[in-house]
Amino acid sequence: MKIVILGAGQVGRTAAYHLSREEANDVTVIDSNEEILRDLQDRLDIRTVNGNAASPRILEAAGIASSNVLVALTNSDEVNMLACQIAWSLYRTPKKIARVRSADFTERDNLFGENQVAVDVWISPEQLVTEYIARLIRYPGALQVLDFADGRVRLVGIRARLGGPLVGHTLSTLREHIPTADARVAALYRAGASVKPEGTTVVQDGDEVFFLAARKDIRVVMREMRREEAPARRVVIAGGGNIGFRLAKALEDKNQVKLIERDTKRARKISEILKSTTVLHGDAADEELLLEENIDNTDVFAALTNSEEANILSAMLAKRLGAHKVMALINKPSYSELIESGSIDVAISPQIITIGSLLTHVRRGDVVRVHSLRRGAAEALEVVVHGEADNSKVIGRRIEDISLPVGTTLGAVVRGDDVIIAHHDTTIQPDDHLILFLTDRRHIEAVEKLFQGSASFL
Amino acid sequence: MKDILLPVAHVFALVLMVFAATMFAPLILAVWGLDPALWSFVISAFATFLLGGVLWLATRRFKRELKTRDGLLLVALTWIALPAVAGFPFWHYLPIGFTRAYFEAASGLTTTGGTILSGLEYLPRSINLWRHLLSWLGGMGIIVLAVAVLPLLGVGGMQIYRAEMPGPMKDSKLTPRIGQTAKLLWAVYAGLTAACVVFLRFAGMNWFDAVCHGFSALSLGGFSTYDASVGHFDSLPIEWVLTVFQILAALNFATHYLAFSQRGVAAYFRDAEAKAVLSVLLISCIGITVFLFFKGTYPNIPTALRHSVFNVVSMATDSGLHTQDYSHWPIFATMWMMFLSCIVASSGSTGGGIKMIRTLVLAKQANRELNLLVHPNMVRPLKVGGSVIANRVVFAVLAFVFLYFMSVVALIFLQLASGLDFMTSLSSIIACINNGGPGLGLIGASNNYSALNEFQTWVCSGAMLLGRLEVFTILVLFTPTLWRK
Repeated sequence: MKIVILGAGQVGRTAAYHLSREEANDVTVIDSNEEILRDLQDRLDIRTVNGNAASPRILEAAGIASSNVLVALTNSDEVNMLACQIAWSLYRTPKKIARVRSADFTERDNLFGENQVAVDVWISPEQLVTEYIARLIRYPGALQVLDFADGRVRLVGIRARLGGPLVGHTLSTLREHIPTADARVAALYRAGASVKPEGTTVVQDGDEVFFLAARKDIRVVMREMRREEAPARRVVIAGGGNIGFRLAKALEDKNQVKLIERDTKRARKISEILKSTTVLHGDAADEELLLEENIDNTDVFAALTNSEEANILSAMLAKRLGAHKVMALINKPSYSELIESGSIDVAISPQIITIGSLLTHVRRGDVVRVHSLRRGAAEALEVVVHGEADNSKVIGRRIEDISLPVGTTLGAVVRGDDVIIAHHDTTIQPDDHLILFLTDRRHIEAVEKLFQGSASFL
Repeated sequence: MKDILLPVAHVFALVLMVFAATMFAPLILAVWGLDPALWSFVISAFATFLLGGVLWLATRRFKRELKTRDGLLLVALTWIALPAVAGFPFWHYLPIGFTRAYFEAASGLTTTGGTILSGLEYLPRSINLWRHLLSWLGGMGIIVLAVAVLPLLGVGGMQIYRAEMPGPMKDSKLTPRIGQTAKLLWAVYAGLTAACVVFLRFAGMNWFDAVCHGFSALSLGGFSTYDASVGHFDSLPIEWVLTVFQILAALNFATHYLAFSQRGVAAYFRDAEAKAVLSVLLISCIGITVFLFFKGTYPNIPTALRHSVFNVVSMATDSGLHTQDYSHWPIFATMWMMFLSCIVASSGSTGGGIKMIRTLVLAKQANRELNLLVHPNMVRPLKVGGSVIANRVVFAVLAFVFLYFMSVVALIFLQLASGLDFMTSLSSIIACINNGGPGLGLIGASNNYSALNEFQTWVCSGAMLLGRLEVFTILVLFTPTLWRK
């Protein structure tokens, strides 16, 4: 697929990296900063074009005329939308994805569409990140909670701890433990390495378990892996930027939220909009302030400022001062790896969260949802299968008869409104949504091929 | 040093194995023609493949993704080591030592085209094909070929491409993937070669000579199958076909691709470098024609035109095919041709030397300095063909030209110190570093490089490699930082 990416910022660079890693993609990046481009060109096998992203001449130089996908990720909503419009008006680019941050735009249902502003898909990283954190706070103990099939099925990442009834037992005993609920362990990581989850696999203390379950069953299954934690009540957010502000807004109805912001003007502005959140003016790394605000009684401390170093330090400080669970927003993958095993409970990577929603649109076959996991090494995706039994490699077959690539697990099937947790004898029917987990995303092409055979029949 | 060299050697082993496959071309010809050089090629192909295989297995433990400096090392290593392998058939079959076999192979691969062999027409066809095939492979670049056919180089491919492709601005790719770009360039190159071969056949050559001279013309190599080079044919149509294709080969192949994909010649008019190349060639041909006529070298204008066009184009584009022994022309004409050989070829072409784009950049930079003297507050970006050249590129060009001239001077001194006369020293180095071909004096068009002794031959071989890889890639081997962990 030929892809043009506008903007070589954090998200643009990550997108270029992930997309160009796949042999089938030809990636061109446009940015106005020549130095960043040169550096990017040295490290990735891509083409770069220096110039204004919304200029037809520059877009042409980047080969927009023959491209399949335009991904506009500059830091200006207006430039992104205009670039998509230009690509559609002049070159009929089939798929245009734009980063649109401002809710002012995204709230209007009729703004984007065929005859309106030509943006096929808009993504708002801030919103994605906010939702992601909100889900984590809703399920205390989870490392990751990802939605499939409009939230009917969720993939939950959790660290198994002594005290969970399943820890020390084989996976096959899960059914005996919880007869009412059904779940499928899609992947298991022990000391950073993937372990094939089979019925005979014994769950150990410290394992990172990914399981798929219907939304209603998630809490029950989580309880199997570690002692249940009380739901989070008191939340402290450090940083009142876009993400911090949105998160406070999303949580303030059900939780007791405090928000620490360094800038007086910004603090004042958000306090005007927020209703029950306590907005504090000060430094999140100020020990006195944290103590004064009862940090030792806090259920969740989320450091969400622009500076990842400050996030790491303030989260570590909060943890030491007694915050129950701390999260930090971290951009650099290398930092996440460093700290996630240490004193910070959850490292949140905006790029990895965003890249999943981008990958959804470049996958071949009818893929409706992609989540990138473990810093991009693994991937979970939701595929719709089309066709008939005689022209598909999957339809009409039992799961045990489908030859999935190495490291790929078929975790769940969504049929209409029903969620069917996959077992070896489940038979696939047309228009089923399948939820797959790939421990090694290098096999993605094999997976695409498996499901595309039927999708191309459309 | 071991940790740096061995992973590179692992990839080099693959290159060697691919290279062994190219030896099958002369081998098959030798079988077909029951050629006496058959065994030399059988042994060479087998030995090269075995060497590559053993090296590959031995360094398997060190396999890893290539980094920037690995790319540089790989290119340098390949170009230094391949002539030794490629020269093996010459060394085995002909009564020449290793030094001269290496020279002949390096001269082919770097598209220099200076030879140490005489009696070319009496050599087995397989040997001649191998000489020309080396030129042709080296023209677009061995490693670029490897990038095109082997997907192994991945991200490191760009560094490798940059280290091997001539020209100062190598960041613009035709396609997003380096492998595809390499494939396209090779496709254009192969297509033009095929066209040239067909034209030469119709102009009166036999198929074998047409293929060999087609390889020579497009790679701007300069090898011929005759001692008298193209003069042997004494045919105006052949000279014209070769002239046209040599000019095409001296232009940027990316421009050829654009022109081809747009089905029009507009791309050439947008390429400032191409325009400059063509203008300089046109003016020089006319000027030298008139000069030779008035000096009485040739009796009439048509004869003067015929000889000056072919030889000036061939010399200026660093090809080195010739129809006349121009060392007997008045010194102004030969010196002018030698000067042209330093600057005329385009970046992204198969020619050598400083390249026209660098000349343009330096000329504009000089002009900017002059203007700044008059208007000290002037803001004036350096533009070539309407697009702004970054200062970084200007500095790189300045550094390149400095190193280039220092290399020329140093190598000339080496030749002089070894006892060679001035004209031969000067012309051998200029011809070798520009990948031109024949020089003047002892190594003029009617003689060849066999007049040089072993030491002088090695100096020439070094100059050819230095010129082909545009100085930096070879000189970087001598920087201590490259070898530090």
